[in-house]
Amino acid sequence: MSATAKNLDEKARGDFARIGTTRVRRGELLRHPVYTRFLHWSVAIFFILSLLTGFAIYSPWLFRWIAPLFGSGPRTRLLHPWFGLVFEVFFFFQFLNWVTPMMWTDADRRWMKKIRSYATNKEPLEAEEVGFFNGGQKMYFWIIALSGLLFLITGLLMWFAHVVPRWVVAISYLIHDLAALLMLAGFIIHIYEGTAHQPGTFRSMTDGTVTENWAWTHHPAWYRSVTGRNPREAYEREKRWQAERERPIAHWEREQDTGERP
Amino acid sequence: MSNPRTFQIQEISAHPGPVPGQGTRREEQVCKYIDVTTCIGCKACEVACVEWNEHPFRETTFNDTYQTMPTTEWNYYNLIKFVEDERDGNLMWLLRKDQCLHCEDPGCLRACPADGAIIKFENGIVDFQQENCIGCGYCISGCPFDIPKFHPKTNKVYKCTLCSDRVGQGLEPACVKACPTGCLKFGTKTDMVQIAGLRSKQLREESGFADAGVYDPPSIKGTHVIYVLHDIKRPERYGLPANPVIPPMYTYWKWVAKPIGLWMGLLGIGAVFFHRIFYGPKLPQPEGPEVETGPRDEVEAARKERP
Repeated sequence: MSATAKNLDEKARGDFARIGTTRVRRGELLRHPVYTRFLHWSVAIFFILSLLTGFAIYSPWLFRWIAPLFGSGPRTRLLHPWFGLVFEVFFFFQFLNWVTPMMWTDADRRWMKKIRSYATNKEPLEAEEVGFFNGGQKMYFWIIALSGLLFLITGLLMWFAHVVPRWVVAISYLIHDLAALLMLAGFIIHIYEGTAHQPGTFRSMTDGTVTENWAWTHHPAWYRSVTGRNPREAYEREKRWQAERERPIAHWEREQDTGERP
Repeated sequence: MSNPRTFQIQEISAHPGPVPGQGTRREEQVCKYIDVTTCIGCKACEVACVEWNEHPFRETTFNDTYQTMPTTEWNYYNLIKFVEDERDGNLMWLLRKDQCLHCEDPGCLRACPADGAIIKFENGIVDFQQENCIGCGYCISGCPFDIPKFHPKTNKVYKCTLCSDRVGQGLEPACVKACPTGCLKFGTKTDMVQIAGLRSKQLREESGFADAGVYDPPSIKGTHVIYVLHDIKRPERYGLPANPVIPPMYTYWKWVAKPIGLWMGLLGIGAVFFHRIFYGPKLPQPEGPEVETGPRDEVEAARKERP
């Protein structure tokens, strides 16, 4: 990433941190600062708007359902390219914001090989080398980057269809739709992982913080780099403490239930 | 109108001989015949079209020819193209009346994503329904003849209707009505093809145009506007594609790949939903100790028994 882009990103982070606040309490870690959260939700809103308006035009079966949400078919059509353009602008800044931690590494290659055990919840703890983002998140990021580029190119060709050869426009429709389907697949998984599948994750994009337990579970290498502590040792210690806390509670419950003193 | 044979007489009581008119069929397919060889470029058809459709006369552009404007426009459906060609070293005008060809397999209709914005009648007329048009312009790239035109103010697309409003009342299109030379004719597809065949034969045998022929491209299953050309081997000369085609994505992508994509999206949502049901959440570790359900129930039961 060029120095100017980096400076721009740094400056924006600073400015947003002055406007907004992120409260980090005991046992929590700062995951996403205000600027990152702002970008994420701006991208998300305009992606969903683009997706809905696009899907209305994409499918004759969805047209009657979705077009009324935006007033009418013509208005859906009129809004779609503008929603898309705003999405592109926000994603450009998000790209600058995230491109460094999203760089592909050998650890991600190894993560990808074990994706089956990840998907079936075989391992409760992630491998120790998983950093700020895991291989799946990085793949989704680069899918969006690729789709975003394809959306922009083919979208502009379709926008200025009157100066572009007819075949180019027809192929653009196809590529635009394929890019959307690719991104949709990632989008479904992204929402699922961020909410229902991994409790404790969603707050990282609202409050900006996660618990330390969450950090050493899902991103151990990141936990190590921000706290300086060993994620596995921290996990073992927490496990011991938990057992210690549980013992008197269990005793007390048994006493209440049976009246016996052990 | 759906079945014009309903009131055709089938049997007649005490009638000697066969039923009169038995077996006759109504020809439903209409067609406009354009003889490029007898067009004189008077533009009466252009004026008639503008008048019938109540379009304001738009500004013309001069580009060193007699042509009114470079292409048809959203409110100018009908345009004589003044193509300058050569024959035996002399100037020869190819005066082609450019307009919607009302394809039997219309690319505009195939490409359109809006329900009911483009319809094709049984008689072959392809008509735009502007109230359903969303102005996406897909039809423009679907058309092999560059006919549909976008109106930037209303965000709708317009083109020649083959005067469907006149044809519905048993009248010929306005351009045909106005044509002074008889180079435009209107009737059934069969009749027009026959007349065009005769005329091109006449051109070949009597007028020295050895390559004269009828332009009715089979690649789009024929058109409901057919041309008699001096030279059927070089339709590009007249601004007509030799082999007009609809980009295949408009058929295969729209009706095959798109539904598959939708089902995949739906399956994806179902898959993640049931993934959660089958595999449960991934909680931050360590989770709380698992409750031993068996003994605890016994304890509960014992507690309830006590007064």
